[in-house]
Amino acid sequence: MALPKPNKESDSIVVVKGLTKHFSVGRGLFRREQARLHAVDDVSFDVARGEVFGLVGESGCGKTTTGRMLVKLTVPTSGDIFVDNEDISAISGQGMREFRQRVQMIFQDPYESLDPRMTVFDIISEPLNVNHIGNLEEREERVAYMLSRVGITPPEMFFFRFPHELSGGQRQRVAIARALVVNPEFIVADEPTSMLDVSIRTGVMKLLAELQEDFGMSYLYITHDLAVARYLCDRIAVMYLGKIVEMAGAEDIIKNPLHPYSKALISAVPLPDPAIRRDVPNIKGGVSKPINPPPRCRFYPRCPVAKNICRDSDHPELCEASPGHFVACHLVAR
Amino acid sequence: MRSLAQNWAVFKESRIGLAGLAIIVCFGVFGLMWPIMIGNLWDVHIYHPVVGFDPAMMHPAPPCRGHVLGTDPIGRDVLAQLMFSTGREFLLGVLSAVISVVVGTFVGAIAAYYGGLTDSFFMRLADIIMLFPFVPLLVVVGSLVRLDMFSFAIILGFLEAFGGITIILKAQALQVNVRPYIDAAKVAGGDDLHIIRSHIIPNVLPLSFLYMMFNVTAAILSEATLSFFGVLNIDMSWGMMIHTAETAGYLFDYGRYWWLWLPSGLAITLFCAAFYMVGRGLDEVVNPRLRKR
Amino acid sequence: MDALLKIENFTMHYRTRAGHVKAVDDVTFSLAHGQSLGLVGESGCGKTSVAMSIMRLLPYNSEIKSGTIVLHGQDIYSMREEEFRKLRWKEVAMIFQAAMNALNPVYTVGSQITEVILEHEPEVSEREARQRVTELFSIVGIPEERMDHYPHEYSGGMKQRAVIAMALACNPSLIIADEPTTALDVIVQDKILREMEEIRRKTGMSMMYISHDVSVIAEVSDIVGVMYAGKLVEIGPADDVFKRPRHPYTYGLMNAYPSILGEKRDLATIPGEPPNLMFPPLGCRFHPRCDWATDECGQVEPRARYVGPDHSVACHNPLRAPSSGGEPIGVAKA
Ligand SMILES: Nc1ncnc2c1ncn2[C@@H]1O[C@H](COP(=O)(O)OP(=O)(O)OP(=O)(O)O)[C@@H](O)[C@H]1O
Ligand SMILES: Nc1ncnc2c1ncn2[C@@H]1O[C@H](COP(=O)(O)OP(=O)(O)O)[C@@H](O)[C@H]1O
Ligand code: SF4
Ligand code: SF4
Ligand SMILES: [Mg+2]
Ligand SMILES: [Mg+2]
Repeated sequence: MALPKPNKESDSIVVVKGLTKHFSVGRGLFRREQARLHAVDDVSFDVARGEVFGLVGESGCGKTTTGRMLVKLTVPTSGDIFVDNEDISAISGQGMREFRQRVQMIFQDPYESLDPRMTVFDIISEPLNVNHIGNLEEREERVAYMLSRVGITPPEMFFFRFPHELSGGQRQRVAIARALVVNPEFIVADEPTSMLDVSIRTGVMKLLAELQEDFGMSYLYITHDLAVARYLCDRIAVMYLGKIVEMAGAEDIIKNPLHPYSKALISAVPLPDPAIRRDVPNIKGGVSKPINPPPRCRFYPRCPVAKNICRDSDHPELCEASPGHFVACHLVAR
Repeated sequence: MRSLAQNWAVFKESRIGLAGLAIIVCFGVFGLMWPIMIGNLWDVHIYHPVVGFDPAMMHPAPPCRGHVLGTDPIGRDVLAQLMFSTGREFLLGVLSAVISVVVGTFVGAIAAYYGGLTDSFFMRLADIIMLFPFVPLLVVVGSLVRLDMFSFAIILGFLEAFGGITIILKAQALQVNVRPYIDAAKVAGGDDLHIIRSHIIPNVLPLSFLYMMFNVTAAILSEATLSFFGVLNIDMSWGMMIHTAETAGYLFDYGRYWWLWLPSGLAITLFCAAFYMVGRGLDEVVNPRLRKR
Repeated sequence: MDALLKIENFTMHYRTRAGHVKAVDDVTFSLAHGQSLGLVGESGCGKTSVAMSIMRLLPYNSEIKSGTIVLHGQDIYSMREEEFRKLRWKEVAMIFQAAMNALNPVYTVGSQITEVILEHEPEVSEREARQRVTELFSIVGIPEERMDHYPHEYSGGMKQRAVIAMALACNPSLIIADEPTTALDVIVQDKILREMEEIRRKTGMSMMYISHDVSVIAEVSDIVGVMYAGKLVEIGPADDVFKRPRHPYTYGLMNAYPSILGEKRDLATIPGEPPNLMFPPLGCRFHPRCDWATDECGQVEPRARYVGPDHSVACHNPLRAPSSGGEPIGVAKA
């Protein structure tokens, strides 16, 4: 099966520039102004070939929305996404078919992302089917290969099972096999292990890491769990209410967070050692939703170290504080 | 999703569903006996449901030898009428239910998937159809054009299809439409037709089957009602039997001529109840909320 | 110390059409006044079932096969239902799993808690009850003016706090918290766990935490119990269980979990999946997945035995206690 691979021009497979998504919410009967929820606001990053790029943050910070825009499930309000130097907003028709083979997604909930009325074979061969790749025999071969790659063996035993006849770990493996069956270059993985049990979850995480090396794919790995991100990702971006506030190498960000929010987030992660007493995370108040937010720093209401400059100026730009370590905070020295 | 065998196991647990199924089977056997009886055991001239006449007695005759359920005012055998009509009731109920559910499922899936204008159009249409009460509407239609059993079944099917059933099945399709596996199918590269056909419809279908059962009940009842008013061009049916009794003035005679209306009335009631009961049994299979397991 | 709660050889099954689910099997442990016990294990291993047994809130299809639960010196299953109803909530209260949905949407949060107090303490007047609710709100950190709001006006974290306030309403000596923070973000989780520990310190009540998250259990428990497939496979002081796990499953669980602590290390995977509790493996329920299994393990069910003060393990071949928290593990007959 020949899958189209465009020629290489840069070493970034995905480049995201100023990506923004606003949702209209609470359209009241008598309200003139529509409330706009800034789910993703002016986000820029790029993913290198073969890299696992982690997007971390609390629920509702815009991780899933970002991922969905990258696979064209959600239309951005503004901003550009380039995959292989190609602006994906312009893709349609035949180009779309190619795009769907280059970019795939793994969803959070393995109990919900598989159609309960389809067999394992139908599920995994669906991308081949709808894209008219190969004949039945080739598809069978390919599905069997993918199943064995994700550790479901013997594959033929599972062809005609329904999702409800699989365990949670097996379901997520089937979902992974479906995403990989067209040999994509880039995969958005939206919390693929968060619904799994610990003892199964480690296996799936290891599988993702192993497949990434073998197939040389790139991932956008979305998770709310910093420990998982640390384990799987090369670089991590921390999101807060629609903005990337910090971006750096995985170890770098965990050992040496610079943004006040990242610091709080990391210090709130529970540690598996009864002897350690963690400090209280330094953060104020509770989460809010980014509905019609003022232009200043998104973190200002909860920031423990905010100064007047933070109140009076716009949201800070992401700046390189040290090589490869980007922070969006007025108070962090460049 | 469970396999057919497992679904059957769940269904089997529901007493009401099994009882309904048993009654339907009995009716089926009863209906199948008609072609055997007529011509073999029964003389066509006497036992014909529409033009038969037994010259040997006064009519309407109460149950007696040769006429187990008596005869009607114009000398036709009641049991023969009952038996003959059974097959047609099946045809009517099943045909209209199938039409309503097939069309309703499709329309519901399309309305749910596309939303927007398409959705609004079908929903307003459904509102209009639901606002017009069926029976009076059909009385009017029936008095303009003479409706036979077949065209009546089709009209009834389409009215149901674009009416309430669309709304119910669309609600179900909407729930399916927001499931992550629909997104997954989009990412896999599936186009609209593929998603509606391969993912939305199969997941709405169980509910469709359920409503099919309830629709059989609705169709039979509508037919009986309209036949009672005599607006259908149907020579014989359970409803017609009561209609005949009524027009001849035997209906309100303090139960003296019970054999004229009781067997057909009972048949209508039982038949409708049976499909309704099967529907209730299926409901347990389809509706996780009700599942005991 | 006098034990507040004592569970001995408790076995409980659920009857289903397909057979008996052996959800709790021969569980024995006790909990002293003021202590906190953490019950950890994967989904479906019977944690909630243990909690429901203590609350005497088991569903109709449950069947207690053997054992006793003694609370305050009284065998709760020898009491009449009305007698126990008086103890429930006054002596032992529970924060239910998915507690956020435990609040009734049609009543204000304040009135629901007032109701609980009035129901269990008929001698208290309505004014006193409301007064107490105000105090409870300040303990769990919800502003007093939010008393008359409806649950849907609360955020997830606030609902969780409200449910904690409800559990505290009648000053119980034991609170069972079933996954109290699982649906919450780490920062909110951190706050709530700190508050609960603070309350325990102040009031001297006992806590039983239930979680699948090893790290959360490490941070809040004095004693840790590990459940696997309906069995309590290991229980002991938190430090011992975490630093010197003696049961192979505990060892696997502790090392399967990624953490942001220390150096990044390789994760251990436990092969296979937890068993179906309808047909658990003969002998040791863990033996199909256990690297240390011997012939005996597949035939004879291991009984709990002490491997240290207050530290017991149900395993034929408990791991040798390493001198420090390091790696060396081998087969040793204790
Ligand atoms: N009412 C019930 N009837 C039949 N089986 C049940 C019932 N409740 C629980 N079970 C089964 O008993 C076992 C233990 O369930 P339990 O809810 O105690 O697990 P748990 O450890 O709390 O899991 P989780 O982490 O998912 O909450 C599971 O196999 C479950 O399917
Ligand atoms: N279709 C939608 N309509 C309105 N708001 C939405 C929609 N999808 C997401 N949001 C909102 O956008 C924000 C970001 O959501 P999401 O990307 O799902 O966050 P995450 O994946 O980080 O949890 C949240 O406040 C969420 O409620
Ligand atoms: S810019 Fe100011 S408010 Fe924002 S994070 Fe930095 S210090 Fe805090
Ligand atoms: S009893 Fe045997 S199988 Fe079970 S945990 Fe111990 S060594 Fe492993
Ligand atoms: Mg998300
Ligand atoms: Mg539970």
